[in-house]
Amino acid sequence: MAIAFALILVLVVVGSVLFHVLSPWWMTPIASNWSYIDGTITLTFWITGIGYIAIILFMAYCVFRFRHQEGRRAAYQPENTKLEWALGIGTTVAVLALLGPGLVVWYQYIEVPKEATEVEVVGQQWNWSFRLPGKNGLLGTSDPRYVSSDNPLGLNPNDPNGQDNVVIDGGELHLALGKPVKVLLRSIDVVHDFYVPEFRAKMDLMPGLVTYFWFTPTRTGTFEVLCAAFCGVGHDAMRGSVVVDNESDYQTWLRKQHTFAELSARAKKASLTR
Amino acid sequence: MVDIGAAEGIPPAEVEDVELYHAKSWVTKYVFCQDAKVIAIQYSITAISIGLVALVLSWLIRLQLAFPGTFSIVTPSNYYQFVTMHGMIMVIYLLTALFLGGFGNYLIPLMVGARDMVFPYVNMLSYWVYLLAVVVLVASFFAPGGPTGAGWTLYPPQAILEGTPGRQWGIILMLVSLILFIIGFTMGGLNYVVTVLQGRTRGMTMMRLPLTVWGIFTATILALLAFPALFVASVMMLFDRVLGTSFFMPAIVAAGEHLKYGGGSPILFQHLFWFFGHPEVYIVALPAFGIVSDLISVHSRKNIFGYRMMVWALVAIAVLSFIVWGHHMYISGMNPPFGFFFATSTLIIAVPTAIKVYNWVLTLWRGDIHLTVPMLFALGFIVTFVNGGITGLFLGNVIVDVPLSATMFVVAHFHMVMGIAPILVVFGGIYHWYPKITGRMLNERLGQIHFWITFLGAYLIYFPMHYLGFIGVPRRYYELGETAFVPASAATLNVAITAAALIVGAAQTVFFFNVIWSLYKGKLAGGNPWRAASLEWQTPETPPGHGNWGKELPVVYRWAYDYSVPGAGQDFLPQNQPPAIPAR
Ligand code: HEM
Ligand SMILES: [Cu+2]
Ligand SMILES: [Cu+2]
Repeated sequence: MAIAFALILVLVVVGSVLFHVLSPWWMTPIASNWSYIDGTITLTFWITGIGYIAIILFMAYCVFRFRHQEGRRAAYQPENTKLEWALGIGTTVAVLALLGPGLVVWYQYIEVPKEATEVEVVGQQWNWSFRLPGKNGLLGTSDPRYVSSDNPLGLNPNDPNGQDNVVIDGGELHLALGKPVKVLLRSIDVVHDFYVPEFRAKMDLMPGLVTYFWFTPTRTGTFEVLCAAFCGVGHDAMRGSVVVDNESDYQTWLRKQHTFAELSARAKKASLTR
Repeated sequence: MVDIGAAEGIPPAEVEDVELYHAKSWVTKYVFCQDAKVIAIQYSITAISIGLVALVLSWLIRLQLAFPGTFSIVTPSNYYQFVTMHGMIMVIYLLTALFLGGFGNYLIPLMVGARDMVFPYVNMLSYWVYLLAVVVLVASFFAPGGPTGAGWTLYPPQAILEGTPGRQWGIILMLVSLILFIIGFTMGGLNYVVTVLQGRTRGMTMMRLPLTVWGIFTATILALLAFPALFVASVMMLFDRVLGTSFFMPAIVAAGEHLKYGGGSPILFQHLFWFFGHPEVYIVALPAFGIVSDLISVHSRKNIFGYRMMVWALVAIAVLSFIVWGHHMYISGMNPPFGFFFATSTLIIAVPTAIKVYNWVLTLWRGDIHLTVPMLFALGFIVTFVNGGITGLFLGNVIVDVPLSATMFVVAHFHMVMGIAPILVVFGGIYHWYPKITGRMLNERLGQIHFWITFLGAYLIYFPMHYLGFIGVPRRYYELGETAFVPASAATLNVAITAAALIVGAAQTVFFFNVIWSLYKGKLAGGNPWRAASLEWQTPETPPGHGNWGKELPVVYRWAYDYSVPGAGQDFLPQNQPPAIPAR
């Protein structure tokens, strides 16, 4: 029994390592500047993995070596302060080795570079809308009070900064390759979370607040947006897409979009003819 | 040589022996009973019964994940209701109730050498209020609209708005049930704490308590301090839902309609929830830590290594667990610099936790290891707990949490660390103390089968699940569908995980069969079948009678870990055995 048990523990460890190395399931290829995050994950894997393997193998050894046999008697050793402190300090060092780099990258994550352009993501059950600033780079103010079928994002109609904002209701968001973006997140109903696995970054849309994160797209292509905060029965269907273009494609796309002023004028006209 | 085991002078009794309430009728003996041992059984049976509901729900969830849309009873609404109820029942109504109400009630008085809990009447009320909470919870399954599907975290605004299933009655009953649970728990919890502090027999100093008592004691203090946060959050949310207040509700436009809410803060609810929710993890973990320490020590015939360090580690973890709640909210939009603080506090907790793990495995070192069934479960716990602990280092390190949060990685992590690991301890504990409770042994062969399927099966469920999280598969998804970033092979993995889940669930019938069969046919156990040193094994009768100790309370002369003491004849010395040479 003891020998079988020890062997199975060894198999658990070996199996886990083999699974990690051989299985096809791993992070999707990255499409943003956050390869530091992947680096921190790899570092964490090494440090904790070694700890895990060491502890389980040590345990397997003990179970085998000190299994009950005729005449065996356990040692009497209440404590060993030196050993306990040594292990405690060793663990502290390992933990600091994880924490240090982690905090450095977190600092980068929350410090938005000055040249980043703003993009707004708005969530509501269960779809995504987007807004880009106009020529002056500013997004106009907004409030859920202004939300109506003609103004789904609730932009302040009296704010001049909002008039030339590009409103994308229910379409794709395009971003330019290599340009850092500060994503501002806003919800007009419940908590949602803007998540694109390839970008590694994610952040909640917290009703009542405007939250943010930043990243730089590093690969062109179309990426799926998922909602990563449970938001009701349609949660899993709340998808969108982000297209990363090179500069000229991006400009072509941008020219075809409509500003808030254009959309409100159109809505007014429609209601007059009706 | 340290002196923790040595007999000090025995102080005079702090508390006089008490006159207990003696049941006069069948009803007061078995139903409205004030004996902690009976209350423990009542708690355990109720908790395990409702836990079985949660187990069946997990099957339905897993079937949907492996075979999306195949089973017509699992509609999207039902799916989220199942997930919510599964999580809530497992954490609160099963594990919390079972460890504190079940193990706590049975073991505390016996282990500290008391006749009963200090306030037996309140203790009885505690159970009945808990039962009421369970009844209200179950009622929500039958209410119009069904139980709430808000996720076990119940985040507003979604929890009380139309888009979430069970917003009609389910959420109201859920909140009422939680409020009742907390009231019931508080009555029991005060008992556990006061009994440990005031009810110890002569000679039972705090530093002679078995770690099981320390674990339950610290967990209870945590619960007494943490549950109030959930209590107020529940009351406020109930007001938001029923009275239309806006504690947690900002201005909202839902389905094109401007709701009458405004000015409230949904993130405040998250702070309150996790101020409770994180300590809750340890409310479940600390009793498991304590029990495992004792199982490992008894079945290795060796004292627990570093007893004092183990006690201080428990206390350190308990204190620290109140300043880490923000690690559940890294991506909630709370002030980003908080990330530095919460990541640091969270990773610091890893140190006392790791020390506990080292001391468990060092107890094995140079032991005389008997691989009894309780020992198997205890060792299985170490594997799953260490595994779940190291993934905690991923999620606690704020930046690593960013890609992994809200994915299946999180689901795998918390199941390993607070699902499977404590459940293994529950089983280990039952195999260990069943002989004391019933006077008979559980069948060993069946126990081994039960262990291997449960342990290996659970590992097979959750180890691969982490990798779904690395791919980026989100949790709480009824259906992921075809997506570019998930390889088709992930579907196969999901089927394998579900197969393992069904097998593990089904294997529990072996356990239940064993428990019932052994009640009548099990080998007679005698008073102390494991030759253990702690007090509960030294009762004059087995199962212990009303008042536990017969005429006279035991007197304690040593710690609970005098195993294989050099020079002593047998390989254990009961706590109440006087020293051979009178203490100098
Ligand atoms: C073999 C037994 C179990 C199986 C197969 C199982 C399976 C699952 C599954 C499939 C989910 C849903 C994940 C998702 O959202 O996609 C889940 C959620 C959950 N489970 Fe378990 N589980 C088991 C035991 C436990 C235990 C013992 C606990 C106790 C801590 C637990 C606590 C939870 C919690 C808290 C959730 C989250 C619910 C939510 O998202 O609102 N589970 N479980
Ligand atoms: Cu969502
Ligand atoms: Cu936590």
